[in-house]
Amino acid sequence: MITTKTKQQPEALEAVVIRFVGDSGDGMQLTGTQFTDTSAMFGNDVATFPNYPSEIRAPQGSLYGVSGFQVHIGSIEISTPGDSVDLLVAMNPAGLKTNLAAVKPGHTIIVDTDAFTKKNLEKAQYDSNPLEDGSLENYRVIEVAMSSLTKETLKGVEGLDNKSITRSKNMFALGMVYWMYDRSTEHTISFFQKKFSSKPHIVEANTKVLNAGFYFAETLELIPNTYSISPAKMPKGTYRIVMGNTATAWGFLAAAEKSGLELFLGSYPITPATDILHELVKHKHFGVKAFQAEDEIAGISSSIGAAFAGDLAITTTSGPGLALKGEALGLAMMIELPLVVVNVQRGGPSTGLPTKTEQSDLLQAMYGRNGESPVIVVAASTPANCFDYAFLASKLALEHMTPVILLTDGYIANGSAPWKIKTVEDMPEISNHIIKEATESWHPYDRDEDSLARNWAIPGTPGLEHRVGGLEKDRVSGNVSYVPENHEYMTKIRSEKIKRVQNYIPELEPEFAKKGDLLVIGWGGTYGSLHSAVKEMNDAGYDKVGLAHFNYINPLPKNTEALIKSFKKVVVCELNSGQFANVLRMNFSGIEFLQHNKIQGLPFGSTELIEKFKQLVK
Amino acid sequence: MEGTVDKKYTFKDFTSDQEVRWCPGCDDYVILRAMQKALPEMGVNKEDVVFISGIGCSSRFPYYIDSYGMHSIHGRAPAVASGVKLANPDLSVWVITGDGDAMAIGGNHFIHVLRRNIDLNIILFNNEIYGLTKGQFSPTSLVGQKTKSSPYGNTQQPFQPGELAIGAQARFFARIGGNTPKEMTKMFIDAEKFKGTSLIEVLQNCVIFNDGCFTKYTDKSVRLDMQLTVEHGKPMIFGKDRNKGLILNGLKLEVVTIGENGITQEDLLVHDAKEQDPTLHQMLARLQEPIVTGIIRAFEDVTLEEREDALTEEVKANSNFSKVDDLLFSGETYSVE
Repeated sequence: MITTKTKQQPEALEAVVIRFVGDSGDGMQLTGTQFTDTSAMFGNDVATFPNYPSEIRAPQGSLYGVSGFQVHIGSIEISTPGDSVDLLVAMNPAGLKTNLAAVKPGHTIIVDTDAFTKKNLEKAQYDSNPLEDGSLENYRVIEVAMSSLTKETLKGVEGLDNKSITRSKNMFALGMVYWMYDRSTEHTISFFQKKFSSKPHIVEANTKVLNAGFYFAETLELIPNTYSISPAKMPKGTYRIVMGNTATAWGFLAAAEKSGLELFLGSYPITPATDILHELVKHKHFGVKAFQAEDEIAGISSSIGAAFAGDLAITTTSGPGLALKGEALGLAMMIELPLVVVNVQRGGPSTGLPTKTEQSDLLQAMYGRNGESPVIVVAASTPANCFDYAFLASKLALEHMTPVILLTDGYIANGSAPWKIKTVEDMPEISNHIIKEATESWHPYDRDEDSLARNWAIPGTPGLEHRVGGLEKDRVSGNVSYVPENHEYMTKIRSEKIKRVQNYIPELEPEFAKKGDLLVIGWGGTYGSLHSAVKEMNDAGYDKVGLAHFNYINPLPKNTEALIKSFKKVVVCELNSGQFANVLRMNFSGIEFLQHNKIQGLPFGSTELIEKFKQLVK
Repeated sequence: MEGTVDKKYTFKDFTSDQEVRWCPGCDDYVILRAMQKALPEMGVNKEDVVFISGIGCSSRFPYYIDSYGMHSIHGRAPAVASGVKLANPDLSVWVITGDGDAMAIGGNHFIHVLRRNIDLNIILFNNEIYGLTKGQFSPTSLVGQKTKSSPYGNTQQPFQPGELAIGAQARFFARIGGNTPKEMTKMFIDAEKFKGTSLIEVLQNCVIFNDGCFTKYTDKSVRLDMQLTVEHGKPMIFGKDRNKGLILNGLKLEVVTIGENGITQEDLLVHDAKEQDPTLHQMLARLQEPIVTGIIRAFEDVTLEEREDALTEEVKANSNFSKVDDLLFSGETYSVE
């Protein structure tokens, strides 16, 4: 462990945005994660945005093979990874070229000069070397021969091949950035010790290179000053950094424990949802049954089987997988079993943009099944609250005997943020409709008077033997029924059951203003961007601009209409071409819903939002 | 739970109040009755029996059995049943499927459930036709077969269910004619007792759309000459006069007659259903004349549930986590004062 020895007092900043870019395979995700964790442990608020190609190891040096990790840290509240960048660390020309536009003029770029070879410049389609042709004169460029310095540092460390030497240059960069931002290397060194406990030479190599970067920056006159970002004011408590997908997995674990049921996951790998499967397969110690099925359909079908047999059953996927699961989801709805389907949305349609984010599966979640088949739809809005909504989706499924679709997206699923850890005891109780004994008047489709949830009679319970299926069922016995009036009755009651969930979910509390000139409406993963833009508007004196961010999509909170009508203008902001706006139009006539949409596989930036909102309140 | 049966059942206990709606004369009635007779003999409590079906004529089956049941969606019954069994391994779980359901739309689930060897029992009603959609060719229809969707004759090569199943690593495969209820009842009981995925192909006549498709094997007048019913440990002998049998000639099965060319009963192959090597089982499953019925393959192997259970116990024994909070507060946490 080393700490900064700079004599000069670091300059205090409120927040800073740093982006690490390099080849996919250069370890940019690890570098970014380490900087994030170190900063979070220091007490900063943080938000991250990993942005990587769908190719696992794209050709070296290519423009499309660039992998990046952006982190925003601050002593103030941080709710987005930031629009523009204060420091860009570019490990090669392709990284520089594809990310330069994001760097604020006058700000800093660190480059590995060893990577600026003729070949790499050609691959990045540079006609001349940007380090020499004056094209970077508006930036403060710090040129460091990182690859050769790394090699030099590792001379004499035994057991390292060339590949491992080259690959540790990212730690040289990280060491430099730690020095610049007045951070200790302690956390990262202990990370090496845990991660590579069986490979001491790797621990030694990485530690050496990290320290070398740190000391190099200290002695380098090219970096005139360092910066400090004080800890943010956050509520007291124990925190950890979580990624959205991990938080989702943990929310289900908590729900299983709280409900006293075993957790069953039927799933098939798909980007960007697979990390939920990766996380849950680890937890056999909690009795988790994670079943990697032969396809998406078997994923949900096995979950339906497990739900029939009495487990808390879930299935996880992304857009194309939800399309495949549609028919089975209709069955789960028809036989009224509890089931949670997680859709970590990505850019669509078809294969679309697998590693990029989008909110374009909203209507698929609402209506993507044959017949009239309503289900509950909820959406998480931050990496940390994926925990809450996975838990609440389970609670709703069990208490209302229905499938629930939980929408997250690539942005919050892969993004990480501090999470004030909740204990299972902190979470609300979960009840269920399991019946243990037969009474003479028992029927499979007897319903709870208030919620309309049906009985859950589980195989293995004597006296409750019964059959369910996808054919229309008699309203009481559940036997097959083709009676016309019965079909209409059942269609209506399935719809009414979902509508009544309104009585069990909270009303929506708008932020910043309860009435006024402009209501900004969002849902799901755009919360951070919208919150920070509306906050900035309010800070700048636009105090009649409010934010209504929806987590409950179907049904909508009870006060939705009243809330919307308290504002003169309403703008619905989505990463699609207006799906939620259309849902609102269908529900509330006579209201003009303006739209702000972005369909680029990227999250909203604050600047673009503020510009739009200012136009609207002019 | 299995093995702790506290009631004596009769077939009536497994007969639901639902009116059976198959076509008069359909073999499905035979199969239903054979199952209702077999269930009380299995040593399983009624509440522990679960029938899962897909879509098709056969898939109405669960409605008629008074146990737990689910009429699921087309082709997916093996996946649903896998979930039921993994959620509660104490249940006796049955999959009811047909040739289209199992091998066309559900082909993927069919091969994977066999590969995994989950302790399920699958009854495949093979009638070489789509019945419920009124007469299109199926994956087991013969080349040249005229159906509503092949008016000039089917051009698609059929699957042999047994060949496909054993190729997908089925540990238990049996075949039976749809008109032999007594033998069927016994076979269902044997399938339940077998640990692992059991697959029974029933040669089921569809009286409406493919009447007589198996007559040349199953009709009483020819049955003894056209079916070789294998039994574990017994010579492969058949024929009205019990004078025909099978020998291995090079890499091919050959039908021989006892008493001709110096052949005696000692020369005949002796059936070993429990053999791990599936080569001979494959040959028996493919044989056309005679067709082979009975339990062709019954190789006891580790089941998926057993592997999962063992792994779970091991992970539990080595884990520091006993409740979810232990996980949430594990690793790198920090406190804000």
